Amino acid sequence: MALIEIVNVKKEYISGDESVEALRGVNISIEDGEFITIMGQSGSGKSTLLSVLGGMNHPTSGSVEMAGVRLYELAGEKLADFRAEHLGFVFQSFHLIPYLTAIENVMLPLAIVKMGNQAKREFARKSLERVGLGAKLDRLPNHLSGGEQERVAIARAIVNNPRILLADEPTGNLDSKTSEEVMSLFCELNDAGQTVVMVTHNPDNGRYADRTITLKDGMTVGAH
Amino acid sequence: MRLRNISINNLRRRKAKMAFLTIGLTVGIATIVTLVTLTRSMSSDIERKMDEFGANILITPQSNGLAMNYGGISLGGVTFDQREILEADLDRIKTIANSKNISAVSPKVLGGITVNNREVLLVGVHFESELKMKQWWRVFGNEPKTDHDLLLGTDAARVLDVSPGDKIAIKGEEFTVSGVLEQTGSQDDSLLFANLPKAQKLLGKEGKITLAEVAALCSGCPIGDMVTQIAEKLPDARVSAIQQVVEGRLKALDQFKRFSYAMAAVVIFIGSLIVFVTMMGSVNERTVEIGVFRAIGFRRSHIMRIIMLEAALVSLLAGFLGYAVGMGGAKLALPFMAESKQAHLIWDTTVAFGSIGLALALGLLASLYPALHASRMDPTEALRAL
Repeated sequence: MALIEIVNVKKEYISGDESVEALRGVNISIEDGEFITIMGQSGSGKSTLLSVLGGMNHPTSGSVEMAGVRLYELAGEKLADFRAEHLGFVFQSFHLIPYLTAIENVMLPLAIVKMGNQAKREFARKSLERVGLGAKLDRLPNHLSGGEQERVAIARAIVNNPRILLADEPTGNLDSKTSEEVMSLFCELNDAGQTVVMVTHNPDNGRYADRTITLKDGMTVGAH
Repeated sequence: MRLRNISINNLRRRKAKMAFLTIGLTVGIATIVTLVTLTRSMSSDIERKMDEFGANILITPQSNGLAMNYGGISLGGVTFDQREILEADLDRIKTIANSKNISAVSPKVLGGITVNNREVLLVGVHFESELKMKQWWRVFGNEPKTDHDLLLGTDAARVLDVSPGDKIAIKGEEFTVSGVLEQTGSQDDSLLFANLPKAQKLLGKEGKITLAEVAALCSGCPIGDMVTQIAEKLPDARVSAIQQVVEGRLKALDQFKRFSYAMAAVVIFIGSLIVFVTMMGSVNERTVEIGVFRAIGFRRSHIMRIIMLEAALVSLLAGFLGYAVGMGGAKLALPFMAESKQAHLIWDTTVAFGSIGLALALGLLASLYPALHASRMDPTEALRAL
C-alpha cells in the first residue's frame, strides 16, 4: 500500500462573491522512500496541495491518507500530533526563529517531546552535523548565510526522524551553486530512506527526483 | 529545549521589543502606584491638617442650665449647680486609650475686664497650642512671648485705639500689645488674648479654666469613642464633639477618596488597554513564527503557554519596576501636590504586592485574547508561503 494516497481532493476558496477552485480533483499515490517533485506555474495549486498534504489545510472534498491514517478525520489536536510525529517541513523562506540559535531552532520540534534536555541537544547536534553545520551550532540565523539557513531548516525538519519530508520551494531564495548543494542534501536524505515531497518551479530540480508531478489549473496534467 | 526556553529566549534576545512591552506595562502600573500612593499620602496629610486646624471636641464645666439665645441674640440664661474645671484635671486627658490621637489641648479662661474705661472680654490661652490650632490667624506685629504680651482681635484694637507696640494698663499692670489679629469674621475679632496664667490671675481664677478645646486626629479612631474616654476621665465636665466640624471633615475626605478611586479605575483601564494593544501587536508581529510552531506540530495549548509565560514574565518585571518607578514618582510629586511640608510618603506592603499582583493579573488577562488569537491562527494563513 502507498505511503501517501490522495483521492479526488478538491479545494475551493471563497473570495468575496467568487469562489476559486485551487485543486480540482487531484489523485496522487506516493510510495514509501520516493522522492517526488511537484511542478507547475504560479497559481497552479502546488502550494495548496502541499499544505493539504501537510495536514494544515482541510480540503473541500476528497481524502488524504498517510501512513494508513485518514488525515482529516483526526479529531481535535490529533492532527497537530500527527504532524509532530510523521512530518517534517522545509519552507521557502526558511522561517527560522530569529531569536533562537541554530541548534535551538533544530531542537524546536523536540520542545514538545518528553525527553531529557541533553538528549534533545544531542539529536539536534547530530542533525546539524548531517547537513554539514556541526561547527555553527550557536549562531543566530542572522549570522548565517542563505544556504546555511536552509541547511538549519532541513536539520530542523529531520531532527524528529519524520517519515515524510515536505519542502516548499527550498531553493527559491538560493543561488544556483547553493541550490545544487541543497538538492544533493535532499538526495542524500532520500537515499537514506526518507520520503521527500518537494514543490518547485525550477525544472532543474526535477532531475534529482524519482518522479515529477505537474499541476495545471488545480489538476494533475502529467507524471514522469 | 522546553516551551519555557522559547519564551525566555524570545524575551532575552529581542531586548528592544521586550523593553517596549515592559515599558508599556510599567508606565501603567507606575501611574497606578503613584496615584494610589499620592492619594493615600495626601488623604493622610489632609486628614492630619484638618484635625489640627480647629477643635473638634469641646470641654465645658458640667452645669444644669439652659442657654437663652437665638440667632446670635443672647437673653441671658439660667444656670445652677455650676461646677468648675481645674486646669490640672486636663492632664488626665493624656491618659485616655486614644491619647496618641490628641493633637492639641487648648484650655481657656474667660472673664470681663475694664481697659481704657471700656469693658472687654479677656481670654486666657496657651499661645503655643492656640496658634497651632488656629493656623488661619494672621498676626500684625509679633506673636506674644511673655506674660505681659497681649494679642488683640481687630475690633478690640480699633475700639481701644491701640496698635502693635502700644502699652495698655490692666488692673494697674502694664502690658504690651505685641500683635493684632487680621479680621477673622469670628468672635475672635472682639477679644483680648493674654497668657493663661496671667489671665487667671487678673480674673481671680488661678488654676481654673472656663473651657477647653481639643483637636483630635480622627484617623483610625471614631471621635465618639474619644469623647466617651475623655468624659470618663473628667466627670465634672461636659464633653461634646463639634458634630458639624467632624461630619464636614469626613465628607470632604470621602469626596477626595471617591475622586481618587475613580481616577485609579480610569488608569487601570488605560493600563489594561496598553498591555492588550502591545500584546496584540507582539502576537501579530509573530504570525509567521506561530505558523511555524503549528506546522511542526505544536498544539494550541503549547502556543498559549508560550505567549502566556512571556506575558507573565514581562508582567512580573513590569510590576517590580512599576512599583519602584511609581513610588519614586510619588516621592517627587508629593512636595508639589501636598501643601504641608510634613506630608510623608506612605510605604505600604499592600501597595507593593498589590502592584505586582495587578501587573500579573493585567498582563495575563490582557494577553489572554492575543494568546487565544495566536493559538487559533490558521498555520497556512500564518505562513502564507505554503
